[in-house]
Amino acid sequence: MADPTTANQNVHPSEAEGVAREPLVLNNRSMGWITNRICGIVENRQPFIWWVLFVPAVALFLCLAFTLVYLVSTGVGVWGNNQPVAWGWAIVNFVFWIGIGHAGTLISAILFLTRQKWRTSVNRAAEAMTLIAVMCAGIYPGFHVGRFWMVWFLAPVPNANAIWQNFKSPLLWDVFAVSTYFLISVIFWYIGLIPDLATLRDRAKKKIPKFLYGFFALGWRGGNRHWRHYEMGYLLLAALSTPLVLSVHSVVSFDFATSVVPGWHTTIFPPYFVAGAIFGGFAMVLTLMLPIRKLYGLEDLITHKHVDNMAKIILLTGTIVGYAYIMELFISYYGANKFEADAFHLRILSGPYTWAYYCMFFCNVIAPQVFWWKWCRHNLWVVFIISNFVNFGMWFERFVIIPTTLARDFLPGQWGYYEPSWVEKLMFAGTFGMFFMLFLLFIRFLPLIAVSEVKGVLPEADPHHRDWQSLRDKRRQGTA
Amino acid sequence: MSDSTAKPTSLFAYVAEFDNAMDLYHAAEKVRDAGFRRWDVHTPYPIHGMDAAMGLGKSWLSAVVLVGGTTGFIFALFLQFFTQVSLYPTVVQSKPTNLFTVPAFFPVTFELTILFSGFSILFGLLIWIMLPRWNHPLFNSSLFPKSTDDGFLMVIESRDPKFKKEKTRDFLTEIGAGEIEEVSH
Repeated sequence: MADPTTANQNVHPSEAEGVAREPLVLNNRSMGWITNRICGIVENRQPFIWWVLFVPAVALFLCLAFTLVYLVSTGVGVWGNNQPVAWGWAIVNFVFWIGIGHAGTLISAILFLTRQKWRTSVNRAAEAMTLIAVMCAGIYPGFHVGRFWMVWFLAPVPNANAIWQNFKSPLLWDVFAVSTYFLISVIFWYIGLIPDLATLRDRAKKKIPKFLYGFFALGWRGGNRHWRHYEMGYLLLAALSTPLVLSVHSVVSFDFATSVVPGWHTTIFPPYFVAGAIFGGFAMVLTLMLPIRKLYGLEDLITHKHVDNMAKIILLTGTIVGYAYIMELFISYYGANKFEADAFHLRILSGPYTWAYYCMFFCNVIAPQVFWWKWCRHNLWVVFIISNFVNFGMWFERFVIIPTTLARDFLPGQWGYYEPSWVEKLMFAGTFGMFFMLFLLFIRFLPLIAVSEVKGVLPEADPHHRDWQSLRDKRRQGTA
Repeated sequence: MSDSTAKPTSLFAYVAEFDNAMDLYHAAEKVRDAGFRRWDVHTPYPIHGMDAAMGLGKSWLSAVVLVGGTTGFIFALFLQFFTQVSLYPTVVQSKPTNLFTVPAFFPVTFELTILFSGFSILFGLLIWIMLPRWNHPLFNSSLFPKSTDDGFLMVIESRDPKFKKEKTRDFLTEIGAGEIEEVSH
C-alpha cells in the first residue's frame, strides 16, 4: 500500500554515503520512551539533590525580598551608588540578567529559522531560563527609579499631571524593548508548551494535576487541522523574535551609546552587546543543562553533539566579543578624541578598576579559546568550568563598562569611587536565589524538554523514512 | 467508549489507529481521495507533508498577523507623534519635536509592531483552531491519549456526508488501520 515512488527513492541526505550525521537522539529511542522519560521527571518524586538546591534557593530568595523591603522603606541610599557613579551594581546586574535572557529566544527563534534541529532538546529549558532571567533583570531598574510605587509612570497612560513620556529617550526605548521581549518570550514558550501540557494531561492519574494540565493545555487535541496553524504560528513567532532578540540588547546598549560619556559613546556597542548577550546566555544554558542531563538521565536527548554545538557558539561569540574589546582600544588610540583615549587608558592601565578589566578579558576572551580543541568540547567538566568562567566574565564586562567609566568623568574634580553596599551584594545573591528557585520549580512542574518537538526529529517521524522497519527490528533486538 | 454500540444514533466518529507515520500518511492520501471532509489525523508531533496528504492548503494565520503587526505599527507612530508633537513636546538635547523626530521613534515603533504581531499570533491561532475547548467527544475515546504519546490516529466523523457506518469501517481496515474504535458524543 505504500506509495512506491516515495518509499523507494527518497533517501534522506543524512543517510547518503559519506555524510552520515550523528543522530539527534541516541540509542534509537522510541517516542514512548521519550514521553516516559521527560514526563517522568514531572510525575515522579524529585531526587534528593533537587531539595538540596531548592531550600537554599528559597532562602536566598527571601533575602531578596528582605533587601527590597529594606530598600523601599529606607531609600535608594542604602545602595552604594553615589556621584558620579549613579549606575552601580543595579544596572550592572540588570544588563547581566538581560544578557543571560538572550540565549533562550536565540535558540528558539534563530536556530529554528536556520533549521538547526538540535535545538529541540534544549529550547524549552533555555526559554524558561530566559523568562526567569528577564524577571530577575526587571527588578533592578524597577527599584532603581527610587520610588517603586511610581513605576507605572513608565507606561504611556494619561495621568493627573498631564505629563507624557519622552519617547526620544533610550531609557524609555528600553522599557518598551524589555517588556516586549518578556511578553513575546512568554507567548513563544507557552505556545510551545501547549502540546506537551496535553501529553501531561493525558498521562495524569490524579485529579488536580489532570485538571491543571488540562486547563492550561486548552483542550489541545493534536489534529493536523490544528498542527498546520500551530506550525505557521510558531514559524511567524520565530521570524518576529529573531529581529526582536537582536533589537533588545541593541536598545540596552543605546542606554550607553547615545550618551556622550567617553567610553560609552561608541557605535560598536549594539553588535558588541548582542554578541556578548548570546555568549553569556549560552554559557548559562550549559551551566544549567550539564547537571540536568546527568541528574535526570537525559544523555540520549542532550547528547555530546548538543554540548559541542553550544561550545562552538560560545567560541564564536566569545571571539566576536574579544574583537570588540580590541577594536574599542584601537579606536580610542586611533581616533583623535583625547577624552576617549583617556577613558581607555584609565580602564586598562591607571584607573581604579583595571583588575576588573583583566578579569573580564581573561574570562571572556582567553578562556573560551580552549574550545578550539575537540577534546575540550567533549570533556563535560572542561565545558562546565569554561561556561562558568564566561558567566563571571560577562558580569565583569558590565561592571567594567559601568562603574569604570562613570568613576572617571571629564573633569578630575568629578572623579570618585564606587563600592557596593551589603544590600546590593545580598540583593544580587537574592536574584540568583530567585533564578534557581523558579528554574527548579519549572523542572518540577513542566516538561523541561519539548516532547513533541523531539519526537519530530526522530528518523521514524519522517513519513518517507525508508528504514522504518529495519529500525524497529533493531530496537526490538536491543530491548530483548 | 465500549457502550457506544448501544446508542448508534449518537456516534461521533471512528477513531482508527495506525502503526506509524508512514502508514498514516498514505492512509490520509486515500481518505482525501475518497472525498471525505470531516476527518483529521491526530499525531504526537506535526507530520511533515501531512497538509498535502490531507489536501489542506497553506495556513492563512499569516494574514491575521500582518493585520496585527500593521495595527501595532500605526498605533506606535500615533502614540509617539500625538504625545510628543502635539500633547506634551519634551525639548531635550535640542532634538526636534516634529516630523523629523522619526529616527528617535524607530525603536518603540519596532517593538510595538512585534508586540502586536505576537499577540495576534496567540489569539489568532486560538480563535482559528477554536481553542480553548475543554470538552470534546474525542476525550471519551480510549485510544485518544495515545495520540499525545506515540500513537497515530485517524478520526472520521459521523457527520461527514460520505460517512456510512459499515462501509467506512471497512474502508479504514482496507487502508491499513489497526484497532478501530467507535466514539460517541
